[in-house]
Amino acid sequence: MPLNIIVCVKNTPTTNNVGVDSATGKVKSAGLTYAMNPFDEYAVEEAVRLKERVPGSTATALSAGPESSEGVVRDAIARGCDGAAFVSAADLDVNNPFATSYALAQAIKKLNEQKPVNVVLFGKNSSDGNSGVVGAEVAAWLDWPGIISVKKIDSIDEKSATVWRMMEDGTDVIKTSLPACLSTVKEINEPRLPSLKGKMAAKKAAVPKWTLADLGIKPEDLSGALSAAVVARSSPPPSRPAGVRVEGASAAEKARKLVDLLIERKLI
Amino acid sequence: MANQGTLVVALTQRGRLLPSTYELLTCGRAIADAAKEPLAAVVLGAKASQFAPDLIARGAEKVFVVEHPALENFNDELHAKAVGGVVAKEGLARVLVPGSVAGKSLAARLSVALKAGLAADASQVHLNSSGLKAERGQYSGNIVSEVEFRSPVQIATVSPMAYPRAEAQAGRTGQTVAVPFEPGPARIEFVSYQPEESSEVDLTAAERIVSGGRGLGTAEGFKLIREFAQSIGAAVGASRAVVDSGWIAYRHQVGLTGKSVRPKLYVACGISGQIQHLAGMSSSGTIVAINTDAACPMMEIASISVVGDLNELIPLIVAEIKKRKGAPAAA
Repeated sequence: MPLNIIVCVKNTPTTNNVGVDSATGKVKSAGLTYAMNPFDEYAVEEAVRLKERVPGSTATALSAGPESSEGVVRDAIARGCDGAAFVSAADLDVNNPFATSYALAQAIKKLNEQKPVNVVLFGKNSSDGNSGVVGAEVAAWLDWPGIISVKKIDSIDEKSATVWRMMEDGTDVIKTSLPACLSTVKEINEPRLPSLKGKMAAKKAAVPKWTLADLGIKPEDLSGALSAAVVARSSPPPSRPAGVRVEGASAAEKARKLVDLLIERKLI
Repeated sequence: MANQGTLVVALTQRGRLLPSTYELLTCGRAIADAAKEPLAAVVLGAKASQFAPDLIARGAEKVFVVEHPALENFNDELHAKAVGGVVAKEGLARVLVPGSVAGKSLAARLSVALKAGLAADASQVHLNSSGLKAERGQYSGNIVSEVEFRSPVQIATVSPMAYPRAEAQAGRTGQTVAVPFEPGPARIEFVSYQPEESSEVDLTAAERIVSGGRGLGTAEGFKLIREFAQSIGAAVGASRAVVDSGWIAYRHQVGLTGKSVRPKLYVACGISGQIQHLAGMSSSGTIVAINTDAACPMMEIASISVVGDLNELIPLIVAEIKKRKGAPAAA
């Protein structure tokens, strides 16, 4: 049986080297360029590989964010997805995982009504917010099983999947019923580059667009219950105290002085 | 009545308590003291009750034990159900969860179930006059953000090694409460566990790490890193460049696309300090850099730097350590 695969992607700044406006405590966004979150490329690739594994399957990319980030789902089409859906939400704080996961879950419900979804894939985390909890939260909102840190989808049919979960001390092999949400890690595959054919398809694709209102999300939800944890302010990391250089006439003297310092500071 | 009290979530993995539990007890103790409330812990597992005395000795005043065979291996739904049940029944306000794979998965599920704000991978969690605050890195640690909460229940996952481990103190007493648990039908089934083939120290939980980079010159040169690490009971780390070159396995990679670490001592040997590498280790306590290039970024941020040739310096350093410290220290 073919699978209906959804893959969630995020448009993120192409650099991590961002500044903070010291007056407002907010990240300076002027001049930043955006592209698909690098960790999501693995999720998109896995969606396309699943599609290739199970004939007749479809992969649909989904993202939520400001209108300007719609290109990220087209990029997913260029990378092999069949289609996409986009939640155009200028008011959504895309670095608030609680609100973002709720919006994505509402959109997935809509897609699920059109055609039952089997699996939803996510990247490990976003390169800007870094939380890595959106996939697991979407699973919770949908009341579907959720597995994070997935490094292999071993077997899959429309009812269940056996996956490998990378843990700190090894690998867990887990069988889950479907539908389920799986958050991938980069060991799962090696993403391909967008193809020319894919880029053409991306340009031509008709991408359904929903607003938060279409998903039943009110402005007061965003400012209320969905803002359960918010960033009050940001700052540059504290600078490290100035270091000392170990000097010496010979390598042996330097080695001795270094070991002296490490013992003195009770580090070894 | 408003929710109150702090709960440390003690997860077991392969029948053992996660070592970061002790770090959460340190963090939780400070919050509980600031709130003038007792500190509670919940321990989950197939054989969880055995850990209660240890949690009490290390600072928990009340330990909820959820013991059930279904909790032997991590299952996001079942673990969230067990912890969520305790939080709801006891009306607790603050929940501290390990920043491990299981902890993060659990915290996300719990956050939605309890409609509770979640700060993931916090490097610091504290209570001040306006409530609970969590500090966490964004943009790979290039900015630090302060998270505040607006929900009655507040959850943080705490990065491994962000706090020192709470020590056991003789004479501490506390209450142990067995919590009945009915798992219900499970949609996730645990099949098997494949341990890491090496018995090497887990990088994210290591107090000392010695890392090697391109500056070692050859794959053979990496032997020096292992010897150095062994001499001080450290885990072995690596830069992406040498992992990509096949000198060492990916699981040793530190940085943006590898592991995030914050040991007390990080020794960077022949690592120039590209921003991606720094993102994974710049929160370390003391950074020692050894490099021929005195002006590279790693030498700039290092607490202690040594200019010189690794092939010459490392054997001398290891010999000096052996002379001064005797047998290799335990990890």
